Amino acid sequence: MLIHEQSRSGRRAFAQAPKDRPGLEDIPAEFLRERPPALPEVSEMQAVRHYTRLSQKNFSIDTQFYPLGSCTMKYNPRACNTLAMLPGILGRHPLAPESHSQGFMACLFELQEMLKEVTGMHDVSLVPAAGAQGEFTGVAMIRAYHDSRGDSERTEIIVPDAAHGTNPATAVMCGYKVREIPTLGNGDVDLDALREAVGPQTAGIMLTNPSTVGVFERNIAEIARIVHEAGGLLYYDGANLNAILGKCRPGDMGFDVIHMNLHKTFSTPHGGGGPGAGPVGVSERLKPFLPVPMVAQDGYGDYYWLTEKERPQTIGKLMAFAGNAGVLLRAWVYARMLGREGMIRVAEYATLNANYMAARLREAGFQLAYPERRATHEFIVTLRRQAKELKVNAMDFAKRLLDYGYHAPTTYFPLLVPECFLIEPTETEAKEALDGFIEAMRAIQKEAESEPDTVRSAPHTLPVRRLDDVRAARELDLKWSGA
Amino acid sequence: MLDAIGVDSIEALFDEIPEALRAGDLPGIPEGLSEMEVSALMHARARRDGQAVCFIGAGAYDHHIPAAVWEIATRGEFYTAYTPYQAEASQGTLQLLYEYQSMMTALMDMGVSNTSLYDGASAVAEAVLMAVRANRKSKSRRILVPRAMHPAYRRVAHTIVRNQGIELVELPFDPATGQTDLTALEAHAGEDHAALLIPQPNFFGVLEPVDALCDWAHANGMLAIGVVNPLAMSILEPPGQWGGEGVDIVVGEGQPLGAPLSSGGPYFGFMCCTQKLVRQMPGRIVGRTVDLEGRTGYTLTLQAREQHIRRSKATSNICTNQGLLVTAATIHMALLGAEGLARTAAACHANTNALSERLCGIDGVEPVFDGPVFHERVLRLAMPVADALKSLAAHNVLGGYDLSRDYPELGNALLVCATETRTAQEMDEYAAKLGRIMVAQGRAKCPIEPKFEQ
Repeated sequence: MLIHEQSRSGRRAFAQAPKDRPGLEDIPAEFLRERPPALPEVSEMQAVRHYTRLSQKNFSIDTQFYPLGSCTMKYNPRACNTLAMLPGILGRHPLAPESHSQGFMACLFELQEMLKEVTGMHDVSLVPAAGAQGEFTGVAMIRAYHDSRGDSERTEIIVPDAAHGTNPATAVMCGYKVREIPTLGNGDVDLDALREAVGPQTAGIMLTNPSTVGVFERNIAEIARIVHEAGGLLYYDGANLNAILGKCRPGDMGFDVIHMNLHKTFSTPHGGGGPGAGPVGVSERLKPFLPVPMVAQDGYGDYYWLTEKERPQTIGKLMAFAGNAGVLLRAWVYARMLGREGMIRVAEYATLNANYMAARLREAGFQLAYPERRATHEFIVTLRRQAKELKVNAMDFAKRLLDYGYHAPTTYFPLLVPECFLIEPTETEAKEALDGFIEAMRAIQKEAESEPDTVRSAPHTLPVRRLDDVRAARELDLKWSGA
Repeated sequence: MLDAIGVDSIEALFDEIPEALRAGDLPGIPEGLSEMEVSALMHARARRDGQAVCFIGAGAYDHHIPAAVWEIATRGEFYTAYTPYQAEASQGTLQLLYEYQSMMTALMDMGVSNTSLYDGASAVAEAVLMAVRANRKSKSRRILVPRAMHPAYRRVAHTIVRNQGIELVELPFDPATGQTDLTALEAHAGEDHAALLIPQPNFFGVLEPVDALCDWAHANGMLAIGVVNPLAMSILEPPGQWGGEGVDIVVGEGQPLGAPLSSGGPYFGFMCCTQKLVRQMPGRIVGRTVDLEGRTGYTLTLQAREQHIRRSKATSNICTNQGLLVTAATIHMALLGAEGLARTAAACHANTNALSERLCGIDGVEPVFDGPVFHERVLRLAMPVADALKSLAAHNVLGGYDLSRDYPELGNALLVCATETRTAQEMDEYAAKLGRIMVAQGRAKCPIEPKFEQ
């Protein structure tokens, strides 16, 4: 039942609004609203019960194992939330003067410094609100760099076919054409195709490493050489940074600009679709173009804002204020709790967990997409055989996993592996959770062989069964329209 | 676990990374802290920044948020869930988003709503991109933007759209009223522009003649894009009713609906549009449908607009948005209802009037514009605003936003705001302190002649 359907005229949460409703006599009537909006009228208890009950219809990290490849659904430490929600933190106005912001700015400055160190980049701006905005920022800086050199003939961004959809969408938002290059059968970028693709029209290349097929791009140094020699720059999509945190650094691989997804690698919550944070790091030559504001420290140890005034070549502002500050503070708490040793452990245990699951699933008869390669923090299982022989496809397996109490892995991405599961357990899961998932996969395989309809028609135990997406798109019902 | 994999150490799992690329010891990262230690550090920093009394608005407003809002929004089931791609396992988030869309379209009186963009500024940029795509009458890549619109929004929109060759053309404001200058607008009649942006209220807090602006845009073949404060829409004419036809797109900053100030984020941008334009809208949209057994259920829909399907032909590159803030906003709107929002909005309006009266009673303080306002007002001081604000801050009062950098033509102009959370006592104290600062400043400017030295 919708909250609207529990509404009764005149009912409300009396403690939550001012006692009186002052008049608006000084505003001419032409500006005023004639009829109030049709918002629900409910008591506080009704609202609390309704939304608490809704929350119980969700899967979440706090309640289920969530091996969603490329999304890094690791545990979100509660302290990060509690400390970012302290009154002194929540109450700070974004335009408060520096004199009243030194504590806040200290956190941001330290976060900038830690991100520089762990990525090997020369400078970091924390402004972008999410990975896709970080990508936009990165490509816009690449463009600003070429423009600043009068090099305006560069019109193309190279993107491997396995890339996230945000990569080509971002390149277009920055006014570039996209040139796709293929991925080899072993998961590496096709170097011959790359050599053929680069030229005086190349602005840059966007890469994820480890790549979206879950393997480390071994030829990264050669890729960097080819692109740089053609005059292009290298963009690092930090979606998979968790795999290499503390183990190797994009700056050392030759990347000129990177974005990080703090809601992945630095454990800030996904919140049912955000907020995220997508800081960008750059090599020396892109420093002048970083988005503002950033935090700097003066000779007395005081913090101050870097704005358009100090950074005249900046690509500018991306958000009204300084970005998703509350997310940045959660990442700061996480990074301080992890520390140096903890950061290295992240990649180690994430990789251990993924390789363990890959080995056990293979042993259970599942087909790995890249069996000859070492898994990174994630790996791909292809259910091509099950789809062909049993007519039970990856989507069916995914939906049946929900019945077993596991969130489904990422399905049908990357697009170049048919019927695939991209599985990322993260470092925070215990072996027991991994084993439970593997047992569920074995059980579903048995069902697929003996009672395939049970799998094809899953889920059976959730609040709803499979939904009619075609009807949803054809007969658009996007809002409550009255009783 | 290593046995199952067939290696003898964790280190062996990194054997595909070339040796030359291995990282060192990360000396720049401090050693880990326990929760107790990091908690002590954060408490100290939070105390250090103090809790000044805030009269700054300028796009972020200090409102009461019911305790239940964040108690529920930070339940693990909302807080730690992913984007609801697996609909059956995400009915909580999906139904909530459908309720959000229902509430926002009611508040704006519009056909459809998406489920959020990053913030108000980036939402303006997305609206500009959408208008250029959607306006079939015009091939223009020029957009008319009032100078009275939030300067940060204008800058952000410029950053985001300029690489696609889109130009923002500035419209002046009337120095007497603070409203966008309709006479100056008339000079653009008959020109080819994709859209006109219409803020309500504008950055000065002043109410724009939105009916006239909206009709003018349509009469000249442009789309009308509203940029509004959502709280204000509980008492002001909603964008769907502006002029003869209402706006085509409306966006804004969702912060006044349940997001704490929190140093500028996370907030959320909202966007509504007419039913006709729904396929041009960026961001996620939730639809109601049925499951195999005919039961009601909710799912992400019209995904063919989005980057994970359309890649380079998507309406936007947006992926992660501001879901948790929308969760909070939905609960916030449910708890306040239309009456609660209207009371809050009216209380903000009354408080700002009361503050303005007190401050304008001081010698050397006067209002700049005579147009009607919502909950902010521009005052002119007989001294540099930066100096006054610095002295006030020393007394733990954040006195407002200094307009002299963005609007040098206004002189020593200060933008003040008093939301429903400011008390009469706080406003009295602000006025008393500013009064003393103005007097002291006046003295410094006309020093007593040292007669005895002559």
